Amino acid sequence: MKNYLIPLAVLLVAGCASQPTGPEGKLRFAIDSMKRDFQAKGIAGMDRLEADKLLQTCNQTGNKPKPDVAEAIEAEQAVAIRLPADGTHMGDWKEGEKLAQSGRGMTWSDKAGQPNGGNCYNCHRISKNEISFGTIGPSLVGYGKLKGTSLEAQKNAYSQIYNSKAFSACSAMPRFGHVGALNEKQIKDLVALLLDPESPVNK
Amino acid sequence: MKKRIMAAALVSLCGVLGLSFATPSLAQKKDETIAGIEKYREMLGDDNPAELYEMRGEAAWKKPAGPNNVSLEKCDLGLGAGIVKGAYAQTPRYFEDAGRVMDIESRIAWCMMTVQGISEADMRKRPFGSADKPSLMEDLVTYVVTASKGFKIAPPNTHPQEKAAFELGQSIFHVRAGPYDFSCATCHGQDGKRIRLQELPNLTKAADNQRAYIGWPAYRVSTSQVHSMQWRINDCFRQQRLPEPKYMSESVNALITYMAVMATGAEYKGPALKR
Repeated sequence: MKNYLIPLAVLLVAGCASQPTGPEGKLRFAIDSMKRDFQAKGIAGMDRLEADKLLQTCNQTGNKPKPDVAEAIEAEQAVAIRLPADGTHMGDWKEGEKLAQSGRGMTWSDKAGQPNGGNCYNCHRISKNEISFGTIGPSLVGYGKLKGTSLEAQKNAYSQIYNSKAFSACSAMPRFGHVGALNEKQIKDLVALLLDPESPVNK
Repeated sequence: MKKRIMAAALVSLCGVLGLSFATPSLAQKKDETIAGIEKYREMLGDDNPAELYEMRGEAAWKKPAGPNNVSLEKCDLGLGAGIVKGAYAQTPRYFEDAGRVMDIESRIAWCMMTVQGISEADMRKRPFGSADKPSLMEDLVTYVVTASKGFKIAPPNTHPQEKAAFELGQSIFHVRAGPYDFSCATCHGQDGKRIRLQELPNLTKAADNQRAYIGWPAYRVSTSQVHSMQWRINDCFRQQRLPEPKYMSESVNALITYMAVMATGAEYKGPALKR
């Protein structure tokens, strides 16, 4: 009981002393509170609360950085994109579809070393046949028909999945390749799902 | 007997839900899923398996326990010692004796420690139960919240600390972090969005909060158990790919305060029933 009360009293004093004002102060206070109140669990370590420069900017601007700042961020993120060394960008759309269906991975209840899912259907409509799709992202039905299969189109799709923030600084979409959530083969399979004329996305 | 009826209802609900997965169109699938839940509700009448939790919770509330061997009946949930009716609807609130803003679960835990003399370690041992072994806290919470059925959600939001908790909750709601750059607002910051078929309330707006906040605690058919609001927030952060928010921590209570204040005026209908 005593153990519970003493830190509480300390906290209380600290809390009152640092009562935040202004958007910057409130944000800092929120992040400090989370760092104090969260704990590592399974594969989800406390390092996940350390925001990189991009997230700091997005958090500080309510996801609306000024155009010149956004451009600079997008350029920085684009420079870090690693395209496949072998020069091919399209894998197997069937594997891509399986991956798009899976929302697994990265939570504290997931095991280390297991491949992550693409989480794609959580937010996007993709294949017309799949009626259980989310709507946070745009529909990707017919994406390949629209974009074609040129090398440029392939590189573009690969890059968007690798790091959406290279295209829109504070995009809601995760940076799957940038953070290593999806590997090169997985991203290639997803590119195939989007672009391959045989994929149900384009049928 | 009641258990048997519920089990039978559950089986037939699974049947209805199962069927719905074979249907071809989105609208139809949704309609049938909702119809399945509706049918399940009809079969149960006014019943909800949460009632079993409530009954156990009431018994546990009134039974002397802990090193002090006293019941929780003297617990002050904010409306005075011993008053359970309507108390949940006016939480989270600032409690003078504790010197902090508490949600209903934190307050029950406080009473277990201060009234019954239970150690903090014991209180924290098993906050979230499982289908076959619910936690004591889930029983107690279900009992206490059910006693606010018919009351309007009305957290005071007048004490400086209550206002600070609201502001902190609102700020945390928008913090993006983790490997996927998610904040609460990524999924719950726009109108009319979905994850797969799951509709997402826009928790930056009062109207959606009024619908969503009264949805927890709930008996969830897919997990066959009652989940509390503390659990709900915990699982949101799991899906956000963040580390775990500590049980009853200031950050979690701040988020609950934010949602409760935003939901002010909603009529509480007792523990919800969810797929």
